[in-house]
This record gives sequence, structure tokens and C-alpha cells, in this order.
Amino acid sequence: METEQSILERCDLWGCIQCGKCTGGCPMAFKTTLNIRRLIYEALIEGAVDPSGMEELWDCTTCGTCVLRCPKEVEPADMIVALRTVLVDGGVIPPTIRDALTSVFRYGNPSLMPPDERADWAEGLGVKNIADGADVLYFVGCIPSYDDRAQKVAKALVKVFQKADVDFGILGVEEKCCCSEVRRVGEEGLFEYMVEEQQELFGKYNVQRIVTTSPHCYNTFKNEYEGLDIEVQHYTQFVAELVNEGKLTFSGELDKVVTYHDPCFLGKQNDIFDEPREIIQSIPGVEFREMDRIRDRSLCCEGGGGRMWCEGSNPEERLATSRFEEVLSVGADIMAVACPFCLLTFELAAKAGGYEEKVQVLDILELVAEVI
Amino acid sequence: MAASLVIGAGIAGMQAALDVADAGFKAYLVEKEPSIGGRMAQLDETFPTLDCSSCILTPKMVSVGGHPNIELLTYSEVIEVEGNAGHFEVKVRKKPRYIDVMKCTACGICAENCRLTGRIDSEFNVGMGKRGAAYVPFPQAVPLKYTIDAKRCLMIQRGKCGKSPPCRDACPADAIDFEQQEEIVELEVAAIVVATGFDPFDAHLKPEYGYGIYDNVITGLQFERLSSASGPTFGELKLNDTNIEDVVFIQCVGSRDRNLGNPYCSRVCCMYTAKQAHLVREKLPDAQISVFYTDIRAFGKGFEEFYDRVREERVRYRRGNPSEIYKRGDRLVVRAEDTLLGKPVEVEADLVVLAVGLVPREDAQAVVGLLGLSRSEDGFLKEAHAKLQPTDTEVEGIFLAGCCQGPKDIPDAVAQAKASAASAIVIMSQFTKNPASGED
Repeated sequence: METEQSILERCDLWGCIQCGKCTGGCPMAFKTTLNIRRLIYEALIEGAVDPSGMEELWDCTTCGTCVLRCPKEVEPADMIVALRTVLVDGGVIPPTIRDALTSVFRYGNPSLMPPDERADWAEGLGVKNIADGADVLYFVGCIPSYDDRAQKVAKALVKVFQKADVDFGILGVEEKCCCSEVRRVGEEGLFEYMVEEQQELFGKYNVQRIVTTSPHCYNTFKNEYEGLDIEVQHYTQFVAELVNEGKLTFSGELDKVVTYHDPCFLGKQNDIFDEPREIIQSIPGVEFREMDRIRDRSLCCEGGGGRMWCEGSNPEERLATSRFEEVLSVGADIMAVACPFCLLTFELAAKAGGYEEKVQVLDILELVAEVI
Repeated sequence: MAASLVIGAGIAGMQAALDVADAGFKAYLVEKEPSIGGRMAQLDETFPTLDCSSCILTPKMVSVGGHPNIELLTYSEVIEVEGNAGHFEVKVRKKPRYIDVMKCTACGICAENCRLTGRIDSEFNVGMGKRGAAYVPFPQAVPLKYTIDAKRCLMIQRGKCGKSPPCRDACPADAIDFEQQEEIVELEVAAIVVATGFDPFDAHLKPEYGYGIYDNVITGLQFERLSSASGPTFGELKLNDTNIEDVVFIQCVGSRDRNLGNPYCSRVCCMYTAKQAHLVREKLPDAQISVFYTDIRAFGKGFEEFYDRVREERVRYRRGNPSEIYKRGDRLVVRAEDTLLGKPVEVEADLVVLAVGLVPREDAQAVVGLLGLSRSEDGFLKEAHAKLQPTDTEVEGIFLAGCCQGPKDIPDAVAQAKASAASAIVIMSQFTKNPASGED
């Protein structure tokens, strides 16, 4: 009872007028039984919600649409995380999520990968360690560090940095998970522990400026690391600056039709809509076309909120699959993304849906790297 | 004769001026736009009685225009106010119309010949119709005189319009005068009624509804123009070439919204939407009409009965505040949760009408600065006491009427106007009777 009461107060649920704007905008509401408006109602009326057995709680991607749309400044997604916390504390969670959490605690990444292989992707690229001093810390993130596909994005950013003479370094094997997703699956304790570790590390190397590959790392550093007095940028912001200041110039052309998918953690949650578009549009030869559902009305890829480690209760109908129909409808050859989660979920959906031949999923950095 | 200044000539300002004038005092009625009439002139029928708005408004406009005790200062702005109750000294800037109103017969030949005619969005038709640089805002304008829009006119902006400005060449009354200058008028008044009105909420600020992206998503005020016989389609519900079969209304757009800093209820949207749903039914007997709402507020005289009537006209009220609009093929899809079903729904629509709320005017702060008033938390002008002095301000001799004080419907705006006029009359009478005031 104590816990549920604190959910009501902490998420400020008393302000809710049950308008349904949260559920109406929830990308998952149409494909699973998740109904956040009804959960809030239950909490308001019963004073408590017992989350045990609620599989649909793991469907939430924490895309933030409900928070963005709520006219009463209630934060519905917070309630889901709070209910997940109850489940995490009780130890009843999907095994894949449990494994990911254990892995983060033990190895500093959610994928059970050896920490000493974290910087293998950078071998031979001439990337220095932040210990040697640098203007910018490039915070690579777990997926771009370990995943074959996403490593290409990290390598592309290195190429961009080098081309633009940016003095940057990485944490190498010392880099650890930012824990954005750890927090979102409800493991607040581990999040706080890792935040402290991370802060110490940043302090040790006197980091002044961070550039991230992932909007998820960016978001948590910028908005959730209390007391972090370091300038944090997503790479789209950093690279757009380079382009606009003339520090990054293009030598090639990309003769393709490109469209862009807004990542939730970059767009809806942090209002970064223009920079990615500026970069794409600056690439010589590119014809940029917008889809219908963009910016504030963008559709979630279903990769956030722990969903990289957990299928959800309706794995058949992937939102990412329906997104390809939109990509095709504008006649794009390339769907550009700016988030490692989006990259992997869309690549998977392209394979599963048979879109591979028609549409290429590429990170913006990969487009840029091709023409510099 | 003691006088009052009324700022703003919408329905509230007009009523205040008429009452002051009928009581035998002088009223200076200052209006920023080329015509009096305000927002009410833009409306089609009014709730809940379905009176045609311009049919009940136009006679009042004519009375105002012809009243011997009312001096109209249209296309004018108050720029300075000094003094205090009983002795306000006011400066008004009369903007040049570039047309001699003594000569203009409103024949319209200047507009016919203006090279920009059909190329400038009509404010009166909320961007759905066009006008020229020489124009009257609407046919029933008072005064019925043409104005040249200095911001757009080629002659004024560039000093040149073809070989010779065709409006001037064509005007049979020789009324066009590009040399006209602004004029500063000084007034002495005993009391001031502020009736500066509101702005409709800018629907672009709710990007989830695609306003400005989808042509068939329009605001409530645009619907009024579309439905009005004097509007761009002469009352036919027609937008581009879409055949309208499914109409969705969305309530509370820009109201009751803390995110936007508009936490208040705009008070009129529930009823204007009910009325608009009725108008759709009248014009399109077979249309599917859905109204998405969160709560229905039908608190005024005859309102609940009207709401009953509209539902019986086969209008579907669905509880839920839609979360977004997107496109499927050529059709709009409104996505919401029907909270009574507890299910997310997608409703296809050919026309979506956003029931935009009322917000403080963009220039509210300037008005406040000019008159030494203050604003309440919602941004509207602040009354002296929310309960017992709802039309007084903290400044003696200055009163509020209509939507500048907060959203309200026509009868409430008129009631406030009459209250403010009575207060102004009290001040004027005191100063008329008191010989020390040196008047009369």
C-alpha cells in the first residue's frame, strides 16, 4: 500500500482528468492491452495498483508520447516505470530483462559482453583515450561498442571527427552503460549506483564536453544525471554545428532519395528535430523527402524502455514494419536514423518484412561518412 | 459634456459605447481595425438560439455608427493615457487609410483595380479568402470606407505601382491619397472602458493535430467563415475538392492545458462546437459527425437543452481527447482513446474542426502598460475583485468589458459591457454634478 500511494504522489496522478490523450497517442495501445489511462484511473480509485501478472507493463517503450501529450502535466510513463520497479524489487521480471540487468551490473553492458572488448571496434582507427586529454569525450554507448552493425556508426563518427579535426577521445574499456534503459525497466538502484560511477569517471578525466551516438545516452546524461555539469550533445547537434560552421565539407555526392525517422528520445523528448534534417539536406546529391508521421507525430520504433531485451506481449505486429510502408510511399531509397536502437529494430523489421531490397536503413553518420 | 473612452469596438465595446451615449454622455469609441464589429462579425449563427450573428450585430453597428453621442475612431490606436478618474488625458493615433473617407463612396472600384486583389489572405475570413491591398474587411463594415493596407500596398512599400497606381487612376471620387499622414487626436475623458477582446488560440501550438499541414484540419473560427453565407464558399461546407462525409470535432484545443500555460476553460468551445455540429447536420444531412470531448460544459441559459437537441440530430459524442491526426492515403485519421469503451480508436475524417480556445490578445501587455492595469495568472486583464468588482480594475475610472477580462460568450460580454458603462456613467455624473470639475 505504501508503495502504491507513493506512486500516486510521485507521478502526480491526482491531476489526471482521464481525457485519454495518453492512451490515444500510445503507440502500443493499439497492439496490446496496455492502457495507461485505465491504470491511472485504477490507482486514483483504488489507491493502489498491483502490477503482478501485468505482462503488458513490459510493452511500454517509454517513448514519452503520453508525457508529451498530457494536458495536465501528469507523467503517465513514470507510473509504468514505478510499477516496473515494484516488479523488479519483487524479483518477478522477464528473464531476458533480468539477464540484461545482471550483465550491466557485472560487465557494464547489457549484452553479457566482456568489458575488455568494449573498445575493440576502434582498433587501428587512431582513436585516442580520453586519459590522454581531449576537448570532446565521445561516449560510444553499449550497442555501437559491441554490435557489428552499429559499430559502423561509431566508425563513421570517428571518420567525421577526424575529417573535421575534432580533438576527441573515448573512455575505451572503462566506458560503461549510461543506464538510461536500466532506469526505464525499473531498476532505480542500479541506475543510481552507475550514475555515481560514471560521474567519478568523467571527473577523473576532467571531461568538459560529451558527444553521444545514442539519443538514449544523451537524454539520460542531459536530463537525469543530477549535478552533471558537463555540456552534453547528441552527435546530430555536434555534426550540424560542424556543417553549419563550414568545418565539415563534402567531397562526394549521394544520389539518393532519403527520408528520416525521428527517434523518440531525440525528437519528442528533447525537441531535436531540425539538426538531423539540416545534416541530411546538406549532403550533396541527396533528395530529402518527409514522411507523414514526423517530428511531434513520429511513430516509435519499439526499441526503447527495455524493449531491446524483451519482445513484449505482441511481437507479431511490429510498429517498425508498418513504418516501411510509409518510407516506400514517399519513394525513399534510404531511411535515415539517428539512434542505434532505431537502426537495429528497423534493420530487423526490414529483413522480417522483406523490405531489404527496397529500402536501406542507414544512420545519418553513415551517409555523411560516405561523402567526406 | 462629460465623456468616456471605450477601447475596442467588438460587441462589448459597442454596447458600452451605446449605453454611455444613450445616457446622454459622449463616447469615444476607438477601434484598431478598419471596421467595428469585432469577432462577432465573423460568426455564422450563435448558440443556443441560432440567431444569425451578423443579423443581430449589423443593426447595432449601424446604431453605433449613427449615434450623435458616439465619436468613432476606427483604424486608430490609443497611444497615451495620463491623469486619473474624471480627468484622463488620452492620445489616439489615427492611422492613415490613404483614402479620404469624406470622398470615399465605397463603390469598390479601387479594390477591383488593385494589383494585389486576390493575393492577400483575408483576416476576416481567417486566411480562407483573399483580398487586395485596397479593401473593406467585410461588406457590412462600419464605417463603410475602403482602406489601403500600408504594409502590403506596392505604392506605399516601393513608391511605385506600375506606371501609375491603378486604384488611384480608377477611383471616380478621387479619394485615394497616398500623401495622407497619421493624425494624433487628443481627448479628455472621465472614464475608460477597456474592451480589447481576445485572440483565438494558435492551433499550430498543438503540432499533434497537423494544423497548417493538413488543409482539412481547420479551427472553429475558420468553420464559422466556411459555414457563413458571407464566407469564402458562401456557406457551402467545401474545402478544396474533398467530398465531406465524415466530420470530427475536437474539443479543448488550447484550453485546460497546463503544458501550454492555458490552464483555464475557454467557456465557449463546448457550445460553439455543439452549434457547429448542428450546422453540419443542417448542411450535410447524411454526414457522420463525431465530437470528441473530455467534459461537456453546457451551463448557460438554454445550453443543456441545445446540447440535447444536437445529440438527437445524430451527432455522436465520444468521450476522449484525441492524441493525434495523421494521414492514411488521402484521408485524415483521428486517433484517440474512447475512454468510455476503454479502447483506442481511429476515426477517419474528411474535415476536422479544432475547437480552439480563447487566449489573451498578443498586445495585452501593451494595454496593461498603457493603462497601469495588471493581468491575472491566466494572462487576461485583472479585475479589482474576482467576485464583488468583476468589471472594475485596480485603477479608479477604468473598467473592463468582454473577453479582455477572460473568455466569455456574447450575453456575458454584453452584460459586462452594460455594467462597465453604468460604472463609467457613475463617474461621469459625479464629475458633471461637481462644479469643481469645471464642466457643464
